Amino acid sequence: MTIRNLPLSALGALTLFATTAALAHDYKVGSLSIEHPWSRETAVGQKVGGGFMTITNKGSREDRLLSGTSPVAAEVQLHTMSMDGGIMRMRQVEGGIAVPAKGKLELKPGGYHIMFMGLKRPLKQGERLPVTLRFQRAGSVTVQVAVQPVGSAGLMEGGHAGL
Amino acid sequence: MPDFEQPTGRSGLSRLRWAIWIVVGVAALVGLAILYDRARPLSDPASGYANAFGGPFTLTAPDGSTVTEKTLAGKPYAIFFGFTRCPDVCPTSLARMARLRKQLGADGMKFNIIFVSVDPGHDKPADLGNYVALFGTPIMGLTGTEAQLAQIKKGYGVYSAKVPQPGGDYTIDHTAAITLMTAKGAFSGTIDHQESDTVALEKLKRLIA
Repeated sequence: MTIRNLPLSALGALTLFATTAALAHDYKVGSLSIEHPWSRETAVGQKVGGGFMTITNKGSREDRLLSGTSPVAAEVQLHTMSMDGGIMRMRQVEGGIAVPAKGKLELKPGGYHIMFMGLKRPLKQGERLPVTLRFQRAGSVTVQVAVQPVGSAGLMEGGHAGL
Repeated sequence: MPDFEQPTGRSGLSRLRWAIWIVVGVAALVGLAILYDRARPLSDPASGYANAFGGPFTLTAPDGSTVTEKTLAGKPYAIFFGFTRCPDVCPTSLARMARLRKQLGADGMKFNIIFVSVDPGHDKPADLGNYVALFGTPIMGLTGTEAQLAQIKKGYGVYSAKVPQPGGDYTIDHTAAITLMTAKGAFSGTIDHQESDTVALEKLKRLIA
């Protein structure tokens, strides 16, 4: 980033911060807290959509995100995505994803995410949809996933300079 | 290679030298041939479509009409390959192209944005129309038969492969770069997933200049 672009970037960051603050919503279950679950709007006929959030574990024992369900999708799967020599690869994760003790699991663009498979209707920008997440230790919790514009990258802008 | 470490007669050594020189010579020839093959289409855009990067293709637009390289001729374009079930790279890349176009102001419409679905099993032309409409700027959403897609993927050096998933469904691994093509259908450059908007914007300005 050049100095010339600094004021613009600062403005961008502020706007993002304000947007994020307005949308921020947290959930707690056991020693876990789930911050700002979000998804992207989908098109008519689009049968899948990704979901993202940060799960923080204050406990001293590892937990695992095992599965999810939602009334808007036939199935909620756990996926991972990676870039490998310019090739995008997405894979379903089996056996859950660890939420490390005294640590966090980030479900975010470019990495782990939940995937709504067989969407029963398009996801509309601005709505919230319930998703029940099941953890190995903490049990189940229902969170409201905020549907954001299709161009959203969470808190990120132009790459991986996330906050 | 214990043979090489044992004492070798004069004739054995010279034979070995000859063998090494032959190997080096063949390797150099192969290397030159590869370099020549890669450089040729890029250095000679006037040589026609037949053996150039890109080249002829036939795909279907959301309204059912046929789109070929001739349909696109006369205006530069940014082309991206993906599928609508792609969780991240595809919407992020298309939203980014829409954003960059907006930043170009009046010049933003001097190039076309094209999204090619490499997943004809899930993405029908009409679905692609609905999908690209999400991005708030004109984007051509194209797809075709497996054979038609194989042709354009080959021309644009795009890799994609179906990968079966545990539930019997499949996902698709695919090249994530955006390719920029001139109004004459010649390769101009790529925009990488990781590149900054500043760099991407400069590339687009050069494309439409």
